[in-house]
Amino acid sequence: MSEQNGQKRAAKTHREKVGLAEMLKGGVIMDVTNVEQAKIAEDAGAVAVMALERVPADIRRDGGVSRMSDPEMILGIKAAVTIPVMAKCRIGHFVEAEILEALEVDFVDESEVLTPADEENHVDKHAFTVPFVCGARNLGEALRRIGEGAAMIRTKGEAGTGDVVEAVRHMRAIMSEIRQVAGSRPDELYTLAKGFQAPLELIREVHRLGRLPVPNFSAGGIATPADAALMMKLGAETVFVGSGIFKSGDPAVRARAIVESVLFYQEPKKLAEISRNLGEPMVGINVSSLGEKELLAPRGW
Amino acid sequence: MPVGAKSAWYTVFMLSRVGVVAVQGDYERHILALRAAADGPLEVVEARVPEHLDGLDGVILPGGESTTVGLLLRRYGLGEALVEFAASGRPMWGTCMGMILMAKDIERGRPDQYRLGVLDVTVRRNAFGAQVHSFEDEVPVRGLSEPVLGVFIRAPVVVRYGPGVEVLSEYEGQIVAVRQGNRIGTSFHPELTHDARFHRLFLGL
Repeated sequence: MSEQNGQKRAAKTHREKVGLAEMLKGGVIMDVTNVEQAKIAEDAGAVAVMALERVPADIRRDGGVSRMSDPEMILGIKAAVTIPVMAKCRIGHFVEAEILEALEVDFVDESEVLTPADEENHVDKHAFTVPFVCGARNLGEALRRIGEGAAMIRTKGEAGTGDVVEAVRHMRAIMSEIRQVAGSRPDELYTLAKGFQAPLELIREVHRLGRLPVPNFSAGGIATPADAALMMKLGAETVFVGSGIFKSGDPAVRARAIVESVLFYQEPKKLAEISRNLGEPMVGINVSSLGEKELLAPRGW
Repeated sequence: MPVGAKSAWYTVFMLSRVGVVAVQGDYERHILALRAAADGPLEVVEARVPEHLDGLDGVILPGGESTTVGLLLRRYGLGEALVEFAASGRPMWGTCMGMILMAKDIERGRPDQYRLGVLDVTVRRNAFGAQVHSFEDEVPVRGLSEPVLGVFIRAPVVVRYGPGVEVLSEYEGQIVAVRQGNRIGTSFHPELTHDARFHRLFLGL
């Protein structure tokens, strides 16, 4: 294993990629747009930060093409914190992904929040040393992304709305489809793979494990400690909070409260205490008031 | 429970009620690894608040984010309880983040970073760099005849150790596992492999 091809150490295996995702379990990953916010996030107890120029709520408001962030701001955030730093590339934009890998970010989010660069192919994530997280709305989508090499799955939800309804829909779909696969007979898995449009080997793994083969996180519309705890109760292993923190009245206080709510998601009395006096939440948009063209979740397939 | 003579001998000397600090990180992997390593009956407890440490024979601090967990250990009193737990002489093992939290001093941490200070070492965080430099390789361990597969994820190393500390493992000249009495710290993650020897070693402390 060592000293092959002149390399001292083993090449990056899937184990190290999934391993980092395992280390982030039970935590909160926060979107930050500058060094000051990154420090607030780290102080509040974030397990990682997502460095991006505009949070999804602003991307939604501004419109236009949304791309990978300026490497300068990503490097600035990397220098400012000691926790892992993630960054987003456009769906299918493998050169943005290569640039993010060259910047040595710790995780790349191939994200529907940015404007897709390829409407048929996602990035071949096996070809990279850096691990990837991808969004999914259901089990088939999750397993297609894992088949491409994703080391972490998150629900898509509907980013930038502060409305948790889509994250709930996606997590419920993923969990109930996992139960369906786990409870099926082995000779039924072929037809299930066909139905879910997912690789048979991964359907078999879900059948064997009773869960996704990689950590299953949640994102998209989480704005309060109760939202975060709800997603944990539905099966999320960590939550991403995007616009919900820095679009609220008192980000430092809210960030800390959401971190605590993930630790104590099973204890309503603690959640009641944690939820007190957090100031104004982000205003938010009802997902049901959005037109089909305004939705981000259908991006990626 | 019917056990053979050899197993009975083990069960007498093995820890039977072990906690895994379950504030954040890969604690589930440790719980699975402990169950796989146990020869006899073993109760595994997820420790989130100080009361969860009551009646435990030993405790594991898993991998995770040391800044996050340190903050929560301090805020909810579990940190103080863990210091008392170690002082009572019961075994403690930290992997990666766990070793950072157990250390007396931390390099490349935050200035005010919380630590238990129960292991007389200085630990350097992220000693190998960002995630793209994470790796795995065979690592020799004192007391184990065959090397273990060391999984290093944004891993720390020990850069200083006190007189009571024994070096268990070195990799490329860096100290990656130490022992002080029945307290162990490892830079790598045996819980992410299918090798139960390290967990068995811990249960035998």
